[in-house]
Amino acid sequence: MAEVSAATDVPLAVEMEPVQLVAPDGAATSEDRYTRDLPPETLSWLYELMVVTRDLDGEFTNLQRQGELALFASCRGQEAAQVGATASLRKSDWLFPQYREIGAFLLRGITPAQMGAVWRGKWHGGLGFTERCCAPISIQIGTHGLHAVGAAMGAQRLGEDSVTLAFLGDGATSEGDAHEALNFASVFKAPCVFFVQNNQWAISTPVSHQMAAPSIAHRAIGYGMPGIRVDGNDVLACRAVTAEAAKRAREGGGPTLIEAITYRMGPHTTSDDPTRYRPQEEVDHWLARDPIARYRTYLQSVGVWTERLEERVAAKSMRLRTELRESVVGSDDFDVAEMFDAVYHDITPELVRQREELLAELAKEA
Amino acid sequence: MTQIIERPAMNGDDAPEPQSPLLTVPRMAPTLTMAQAINRALHDAMAADERVLVFGEDVAKLGGVFRVTEGLAETFGEQRCFDTPLAESAIVGIAIGMAIRGFVPVPEIQFDGFAAPAFDQIVSHLAKYRMRTRGDVDMPVTIRIPSFGGIGAVEHHSESTESYWLHTAGLKVVVPSTPSDAYWLLRRAIVSRDPVVYLEPKRRYWAREAVDTNAPGLPIGRAAVRRIGTDVTVVTYGSLVATALSAAELAEQHGWSLEVIDLRSLNPLDFDTVAESVRKTGRAVVMHEGPRTLGFGAELAARIQEELFYDLEAPVLRATGFDTPYPPARLEKLWLPGPDRLLDCVQRAMEQP
Repeated sequence: MAEVSAATDVPLAVEMEPVQLVAPDGAATSEDRYTRDLPPETLSWLYELMVVTRDLDGEFTNLQRQGELALFASCRGQEAAQVGATASLRKSDWLFPQYREIGAFLLRGITPAQMGAVWRGKWHGGLGFTERCCAPISIQIGTHGLHAVGAAMGAQRLGEDSVTLAFLGDGATSEGDAHEALNFASVFKAPCVFFVQNNQWAISTPVSHQMAAPSIAHRAIGYGMPGIRVDGNDVLACRAVTAEAAKRAREGGGPTLIEAITYRMGPHTTSDDPTRYRPQEEVDHWLARDPIARYRTYLQSVGVWTERLEERVAAKSMRLRTELRESVVGSDDFDVAEMFDAVYHDITPELVRQREELLAELAKEA
Repeated sequence: MTQIIERPAMNGDDAPEPQSPLLTVPRMAPTLTMAQAINRALHDAMAADERVLVFGEDVAKLGGVFRVTEGLAETFGEQRCFDTPLAESAIVGIAIGMAIRGFVPVPEIQFDGFAAPAFDQIVSHLAKYRMRTRGDVDMPVTIRIPSFGGIGAVEHHSESTESYWLHTAGLKVVVPSTPSDAYWLLRRAIVSRDPVVYLEPKRRYWAREAVDTNAPGLPIGRAAVRRIGTDVTVVTYGSLVATALSAAELAEQHGWSLEVIDLRSLNPLDFDTVAESVRKTGRAVVMHEGPRTLGFGAELAARIQEELFYDLEAPVLRATGFDTPYPPARLEKLWLPGPDRLLDCVQRAMEQP
């Protein structure tokens, strides 16, 4: 048994070997602390979400290449981590995403049009995310972990048993705000789950250059919270460890730091060229550990995968891709006056003046 | 957004007046220091709305290093007034998360210089959250920051930070100059649905005045004419309002009549009051503690000449601190703008050909 923190009663050790329920070849592992036995409809739902996430992600990249989007940050390769992390939560549990979490957004019912508005350059942050208990995306790295902690402290004060989940990346864990978030969460026993998608690269900076700790999860020891490593390309494992962390948080046990080991198969964004900093052999290694192919093989082995499921998923993908394309191509920009009107609840006299100035300028041009 | 607690419609300017807890008792106006008035405002705001939370470094058990938050934890419990670890970015960051869940956080940054670590949360998130959610999420956060110099403090305890916040769209910035104003500006800041940076002039913490907690003062966005005059308009705020008023007494000996405008609210700015005064006097001097370059005086001088050029008898002048780091305590009296620096400007304005 590992030594236990006297202050927080959590183990002062982190297992290096990530939790894995399904091996890269699609076979069930010997891991028996967590269950793989979910209802067939849950298993196929997870599959659908992952495939649709990937397809929609591809459509986003296409649209950017066609000049319809200003930029796009792909989540290709991270579908299992995002879908798995979000799948066990309640829809009233607040999510605090970074910006690459299409899988989580889809699961919450955020539409392609709502996501696309950011990358089209129509509006910052995303549209209507908060109606789905999801914060707007955060381009500032790691800063939103604190919002997740604050929202969790709010939940404590409302007497709820809800939790919050912050998606961080490996790069974000170097930011000061990530440290402050972990520390505050631990001190206040905030019902908060920190889900770090360690996709190995922060643009061109590898994890090995991000920190000298044994792993990201090991940092949890210093905060007095459980740290757990999980195979981020194993959707069932990601779901299981997040469910465990969320349960613990709901019961007043405080936060957990989860490190999901995954891989950013694509570039950082459509503006990036990863061939400048990482070898193709590395990419090939991870392509062979594709989270979707692995899960499909597993579902076949347990008799959940069917041709019909594949058709249903393909149809849904097509529908959402079309929805995205139609919401983006040729879509109207917002009224320029809104950029003044949305700044304050009560617009200031100075902004009224400046709004009139711009409108007059536009009227002159027209 | 999911509103767990139903919030009444309120905002900073056209909102119903903040509720007084003393409505049923006879009117009374206790004499309070500014520090006590702020404390009273926090008490009353917390009593009026259970969503109001006060937190920061040393605010609960100690009652704040200036005792401004004294008694709040005892009265309202540690869920509503609590001490945090030392991390200013986190103090503002958790306030944002709480606001998302419908709370009304009133975090304290212990000293002006310690606002720097919170800059990213304030500028990148707090100020922009409404815009970034296309108006879906209110950020009714009031950040209290004991501010400005003149108390012989150590480094990083005497800073003027207002220009940073004023250059950030989405924030309101207010600075009280009297105990009454401190009380009512804070009450109004707390009910504002927009984030407010509330800068407390430490130098005036111990100034006393009768504070009528039943008679709401001017709203945010309105300036106060503290002294009526005919020759020169002095535009200032915070601790320098008292400096300007004493300079106005001295000016009389020279036969100069100063009108003193206390801005109270730097954003939104009540330029109408400034303009009305400058049209009358034809001369304006702006006074603030912070460095001259890109201080609020630069904005005011620009605006006055843009809109009132043909009413001016003299250039708009600035009596300010210098473009140096805030000096060591032994030198601060020489650095800070006082009556002499202001009167030099007044003289230059009056002696224009």
